[in-house]
Amino acid sequence: MWDYTERVMDHFRNPRNVGAVENPDGVGEVGSLACGDALRLTFKLDADGRITEVKFQTFGCASAIASSSALTEMIKGMTLEEAAAVTNQDIARYLGGLPEQKMHCSVMGREALEAAIENYRSGSTTKKILAGKVVCNCFGVTEEEIERVVRENGLTTVDQVTNYTKAGGGCGKCKDDIAAIVDRVRVELLEAERKAGAQAAPRRLTVIEKIRLIEQTIDREIRPLLKNDGGDIELIDVDGNRVKVGLRGMCAGCQVARFTLKDVVEVKLREFVSSDLVVEEAKE
Amino acid sequence: MRNIYLDNNATTQPAPEVLAAMEPFLRDLWGNPSSMHRFGGQVKRHVERAREQVAALVHADPAEIIFTSCGTESDNTAIRGAVEAAMQRMNVVTSRVEHPAVLAPCRYLAEKGCRLHEIAVDAEGQLDMVQLGEALRDGPAVVSLMWANNETGVIFPIPEIAEMVKAAGGVLHTDAVQAVGKVPVDMRKTAVDMLSMSGHKIHAPKGVGALFVRKGTRVHPFLLGGHQEESRRAGTENVPYIIGLGCACEMARLGLEKEQAALAMRRDRLEKGLLATCPDARVNGDRVHRLPNTLNISFEYIEGESILYMLSDVGIAASSGSACTSGSLEPSHVLRAMGVPFTAVHGSVRFSLSRYTTDQDIGATLEHMPGIVRRLREMSPFGRK
Repeated sequence: MWDYTERVMDHFRNPRNVGAVENPDGVGEVGSLACGDALRLTFKLDADGRITEVKFQTFGCASAIASSSALTEMIKGMTLEEAAAVTNQDIARYLGGLPEQKMHCSVMGREALEAAIENYRSGSTTKKILAGKVVCNCFGVTEEEIERVVRENGLTTVDQVTNYTKAGGGCGKCKDDIAAIVDRVRVELLEAERKAGAQAAPRRLTVIEKIRLIEQTIDREIRPLLKNDGGDIELIDVDGNRVKVGLRGMCAGCQVARFTLKDVVEVKLREFVSSDLVVEEAKE
Repeated sequence: MRNIYLDNNATTQPAPEVLAAMEPFLRDLWGNPSSMHRFGGQVKRHVERAREQVAALVHADPAEIIFTSCGTESDNTAIRGAVEAAMQRMNVVTSRVEHPAVLAPCRYLAEKGCRLHEIAVDAEGQLDMVQLGEALRDGPAVVSLMWANNETGVIFPIPEIAEMVKAAGGVLHTDAVQAVGKVPVDMRKTAVDMLSMSGHKIHAPKGVGALFVRKGTRVHPFLLGGHQEESRRAGTENVPYIIGLGCACEMARLGLEKEQAALAMRRDRLEKGLLATCPDARVNGDRVHRLPNTLNISFEYIEGESILYMLSDVGIAASSGSACTSGSLEPSHVLRAMGVPFTAVHGSVRFSLSRYTTDQDIGATLEHMPGIVRRLREMSPFGRK
């Protein structure tokens, strides 16, 4: 079984906003029966231009259904500008995280939303906007889409791209092309970072930025390490420079958990977020 | 919530009788059967008794049975061992619907220079015998074709295949992991050279298997480093599990006829019931030449993983050929080789029964499935409007 969060299972078991909005203002369809998952999103705007009603129909696995359901809950009440800023990471975060191999479900949500907004704005009903060169013929994934997930999710490997877009998960012939795209985007990002760093002195993180960065670091740097030993970690609270976490799975009650907190969690958070952080275990 | 276990092609419940037979060999009789003292040496005859029990199930000579750690080891030993032992360059012939434990070693040998033929199957999952004939004419071959398919339960005509391979001068191995104990398998009537078995598919625990090697068949051992199993498989015998496998084989042999009929009756009831209550459903695979315990059925417009999770929520365990459950993005290679349309592959569910499956289990499954299918179809953007 997949390691789905309670939130994912809740949205799978009790999906919100299933169906189709009558006389919708925007319709977005992505995926196909052949690919193994598909999503049809419909929404209606109120007089102020906010999404007042939004519904989904999904063919797919538990996390595809949960991602669709989560998306509808997230964008209800948003303006289209706000909705357009929703990323696949936002969807995954709303669900308390998705297994790495299931990240493509969150990407499908973001794509359907974009298609629906595009449909509202231009009347375009193309099932999927195949902009640019198709890289993966098995799943019909374009260069532009791959570049975008790499950029937005900070991906570094071909396997990650496959998890996020399915590209490369069929015959695998396009893996070299994907590797080239990943390398190119990484170089671009690093150069941009270097330029930005030269121009401006490091500024203080806002509270929201700090929490996001902590979450990202836990997701990318810390959780994979703990999972190797059958453990897991949950961010409970951030209070100034004090980060409260809960250890889960094999880590909970482990004799060496104290060292894990200091030598793994704290070290990583100090390296990636801020050197003044102190990690504590939340007592429940 | 009662656990309704309909995933017996994945693994089976160890029989209480098997566990009872094993226990003394974990607790008291833990000696090494190769020892030159009574304490260890006395264990040897129990291992030999288990060998007789395994041999009896497939009507072989006990000397033709090698104990292994699992079906995968048996498959690897047979295929790689036969190619290595051949005095000449061998082709490798297999089918597109084999278990990965067979496909992977065959493809490995192709990388090492063997010519590989992967024989196609038709829409029913039956082997293309014409293509097999052509492949056999291509030169001397090690052939590995399964007795029964783990996903669909489809049974290949192994006795007929064996005659063809024999006439062509080839060596035939069959992965009978799913067939043994569910349908009659008789080594006196079938000219196969090697046959793989697995303990945990027939109510023994995981971690033990066997390979039948007909007398005179040349196979290079896979594990080197000891004289055990007549130097055909080195490593101290896994005595308790071997005893367990022997006991499981004896139970399977004695119960075969009765169980076969009971399994088929319950499976057919499940099949009929699901087809009657769930629209747009189709059975995958040859319904005549099929294991009595297996039903592979597709529900169009919905996806297998979702079905499995909903079944699991009501205590029912099954499996699926959908991409989402495979850990990769590709759906079942078996159903795709059969040309099952994508719409049906993703929504495929395998129910596999055992001797412990009750009428109640079938009844509960028939009760829950239509609602699950309906709920997921209501969520799906596809389907009949």
